[in-house]
Amino acid sequence: MIEILDVCKTYETGNKALRNIDIAIDDGEFVFIMGRSGSGKSTLLKLLIKEAEPTSGQIYVNDWDLQKMRRRSVPKYRRTLGMVFQDFRLLNDRNVFENVAFAQRVVGAPSRAIRESVPQTLKLVGLSAKYKYLPKQLSGGEQQRVAIARALINRPEVLLADEPTGNLDYENAVEIIQLLNDINRLGTTVVVVTHSQEIVEQMGGRVITLDKGCVVGDEIKGGYLHGD
Amino acid sequence: MGISVVWYSLKQGIRNIWKNVWFSLASVATISACVFLFCLFFSIIANIHAVVKNMESTVGITVLFEEGLTEADILALGAAIGGRNEVKEMVYVSAKEAWETFRQDYFAGHEELAEGFAEDNPLAGSASYEIYLYHIDDQDVMVAYLEALDGVRQVNYSHAVMAGFAGFNRVASLLSLAVIGVLLAVAMFLISNTISVAAAFRKQESQIMRLIGATNFMIRAPFIVEGVLIGMVGAGIPLAGMYALYTWVVEYLASRFSLLPGIFSFMPIEEIYPVMVAVAVALGVGIGFFGSFFTIRKYLKV
Repeated sequence: MIEILDVCKTYETGNKALRNIDIAIDDGEFVFIMGRSGSGKSTLLKLLIKEAEPTSGQIYVNDWDLQKMRRRSVPKYRRTLGMVFQDFRLLNDRNVFENVAFAQRVVGAPSRAIRESVPQTLKLVGLSAKYKYLPKQLSGGEQQRVAIARALINRPEVLLADEPTGNLDYENAVEIIQLLNDINRLGTTVVVVTHSQEIVEQMGGRVITLDKGCVVGDEIKGGYLHGD
Repeated sequence: MGISVVWYSLKQGIRNIWKNVWFSLASVATISACVFLFCLFFSIIANIHAVVKNMESTVGITVLFEEGLTEADILALGAAIGGRNEVKEMVYVSAKEAWETFRQDYFAGHEELAEGFAEDNPLAGSASYEIYLYHIDDQDVMVAYLEALDGVRQVNYSHAVMAGFAGFNRVASLLSLAVIGVLLAVAMFLISNTISVAAAFRKQESQIMRLIGATNFMIRAPFIVEGVLIGMVGAGIPLAGMYALYTWVVEYLASRFSLLPGIFSFMPIEEIYPVMVAVAVALGVGIGFFGSFFTIRKYLKV
């Protein structure tokens, strides 16, 4: 369960990125967060991954109270999340297997566990046959699949995707969202930040719309509110 | 910390070195220069110390007394001298013993020539004390004390040699400290640069690591490993060179200057090398560790 209670975020420059945000996301939900540039989507994501602190308000993610969390607990908390980015953020000098295994290596997983779980996760995202490929040998959609596999390998409770389809054509974008949907059906809570109206309309589901730092729409089962 | 973490850090540390091979080589070269100079000065100072130590036990101060003094007076003065903290050992040489030694040294084979002095000791009044000190540095103080004593006629000591060695020792120590200090700063600066380049090169990787829950230790460990490895290689090269150089110099000087062993003997490499290795490795690893540790703390705020 993700609970965002009366959260405000004002940057040092005076920019009010979020204003009195209240959002509740249940375990196992699939949620789109929509909004134009500067609406506060990315700030919200930064708060959820503890990259930034809210100016006021409370955030709870599963059993974690993010305001009371000690600095040394942050890595442990982040291991309960999976992150997917618009620009994939893959390591270009390592092959698909190593990119996915990387997420396990850096949390100190034993080699035997890595050898077992990486093929399983690659199978889930449909890249079993390409485990030896370097990122530059893959299409954009395939690179994003690798990024999703890396986000999933540590079995996160929540998957946060920041514009995962931003660099993809429509066909690949739908495939990626479909993959995220499949992952959601396996029990993972999925939060997708996007500005793609097309994708949201195609997929349906819950849509939270932000504009100028405020929640201007929270619709379940289709549709979304225009910010203006 | 699991073995997989150690292995990962080691592998990534080596990868960092390889990716920035020229920067790494520059750092290795500077650390090598620093450690080599340390080894060089260490060898020189260790040998001078050995000579000084040897002198402390073999070079003494000879005190001769005025002729009017009885043996009892001399022994009383000796008791006062022996009570000083600086004195390690004292040997009393009576006038009779002094003559006996002289006779054996200079009339060997011609004892009959010394017979004329049988009843008239020509060295009467030459009773003396040979005094050995704990520390040769105290010699000047001790000589001043002895010369100020009533009844002391003459104090013999080897001032020039002592002053020369002590002075050279001090200059060599100060010079080595200054040179090593400068090189240490240069080595720290270079290793810091190397690590900064590696940190910039791995910035994206470090960011990803941070977001997927890697601890600060895990993110920083490869850079620390890189610094320590550079430090170890930087210490290893001059140590190997120094072993060869020291052995060669000792053999060369012994063969070229045959009189040298009687005056001055080098410390054997087996005696000097273990300490040199320990300090040089600590120096190299220390530079690598602290250089990388503080740099990475600055560049990778996690």
